[in-house]
Amino acid sequence: MEKLALVINPKDNVATALKDLKKGFIVVLDKNEKEVKVELCNDISLGHKFALEDINKGTKIIKYGESIGTATKEIKKGEFVHIHNVESDRGRGDLK
Amino acid sequence: MKLEFPGYVRDNGMVGVRNYVGVMSTVACANEVVRAVKNNVKGCVPILHHQGCCQLPPDLEKVENTLISLGKNPNLGAILIVSLGCEGISADKIEKALIKFGKPIKKVVIQEVGGSFKAVELGSKMVAELVRHISSCKRDKVDISNLTLGIKCGSSDATSGISSNPATGVAVDMIVKDGGTVVFGETTEFIGAEHILARRASDKKIVKKMYEMVNDMEARAKSMGVDMRKGQPTPGNIAGGLTTIEEKSLGAISKGGSCKIKGILEYPEFLNDRKGLFIKDTPGREPEALTGFVAAGAQVVVFTTGRGAPQGHPIAPVIKVCGNPKTCKNLASHIDVDISSVLRGDTTIKEAGEEIFQKIVSVASGEKTRAEINDYNETMEIWVKGPII
Repeated sequence: MEKLALVINPKDNVATALKDLKKGFIVVLDKNEKEVKVELCNDISLGHKFALEDINKGTKIIKYGESIGTATKEIKKGEFVHIHNVESDRGRGDLK
Repeated sequence: MKLEFPGYVRDNGMVGVRNYVGVMSTVACANEVVRAVKNNVKGCVPILHHQGCCQLPPDLEKVENTLISLGKNPNLGAILIVSLGCEGISADKIEKALIKFGKPIKKVVIQEVGGSFKAVELGSKMVAELVRHISSCKRDKVDISNLTLGIKCGSSDATSGISSNPATGVAVDMIVKDGGTVVFGETTEFIGAEHILARRASDKKIVKKMYEMVNDMEARAKSMGVDMRKGQPTPGNIAGGLTTIEEKSLGAISKGGSCKIKGILEYPEFLNDRKGLFIKDTPGREPEALTGFVAAGAQVVVFTTGRGAPQGHPIAPVIKVCGNPKTCKNLASHIDVDISSVLRGDTTIKEAGEEIFQKIVSVASGEKTRAEINDYNETMEIWVKGPII
């Protein structure tokens, strides 16, 4: 079966779309050799990310098994994860 | 037996993969003469930039040393230095250092010879003679340990971190294990991934220097008082799915493979006879980063791209590797190695890495890259940290 999305590391709470995916799609993923089913809440373009689980505000977003930033609002499972709901923790001259 | 490729063996024993005369501008004000000379004579490449004057002494020194290192690159068989005559850096110092290194060097000073028309005429005649002189150099078989590769990612998207960068990492490991040398940098793209790279350092001094280098880069970004997003990741990176600098960095470092890091180079530094995997302190922006790798001595550069970047470099062939199927189709005329089959699951990262390795050897042997064929090679710059004053 064609792979629609990729979980890079078992610790990750987001997956990366391997092609343009439509809202409502049910994506079946392999995470730590377990099958995870995620229904997409938004259209997700190739290379973009969606949540594998419900993510609370303030929680670290994990990709490659490492933190890539912090959720700035609550993110639902299957929701698009990008600059509208994630902020970087580095290079922040705007934060004291 | 080690893999061999045919290269241009220079008098000092170093090996070029191209055989050019470099026409080197010492200062922004000499660029027009360099460009005119380049247009007059076949077989030379222009070394253009916008530095060399009205900068603080540490930057002037950095520019001088970077130009000396670029001149040492074995792809250049000879060099014409073009100076205005009143610039802040010393054309004489560059000339002396390169003569000492054993290269045929000529120099023309615009203010001394009576202006730009005369400088173009004299410079063109000098370059013509230098081209004649080096054109008798033939390719000879040498083993792959003579190869120094620069690696860079540019116009990245989320496919870079899951296909083209890890595949390049496979090729990098193959070159280092065969006794060759690889230089990578883009210090900005270590932010958020420095702890992973630190585990691969061969001693504690390297770890300390690497953290200092990353902190220095981050502190300079923060000194503007804003969120660095839009600067890094760029709007293009963001449109390609990269959300933060940490995400970009984690995807970027995989192109460095898995070997131990032997040392850290300052931006102007030339490797000489050091072998193995090295990090060079460079920014992420292409013209400055590519110049940094070529100044280290890289004869070939692998440049991974997600969204498609057309540029090469005047001194070294730049191989474009892409894993994004949309870009491989849209920008086919700029892509040398299409590995979009990785995303479809038809090719493994290891197979794609071997394909990149074969392309590196082929380009080192004379195969032309897209950027060379497209003649998209002039853009370069020298990185400075201080103000223009």
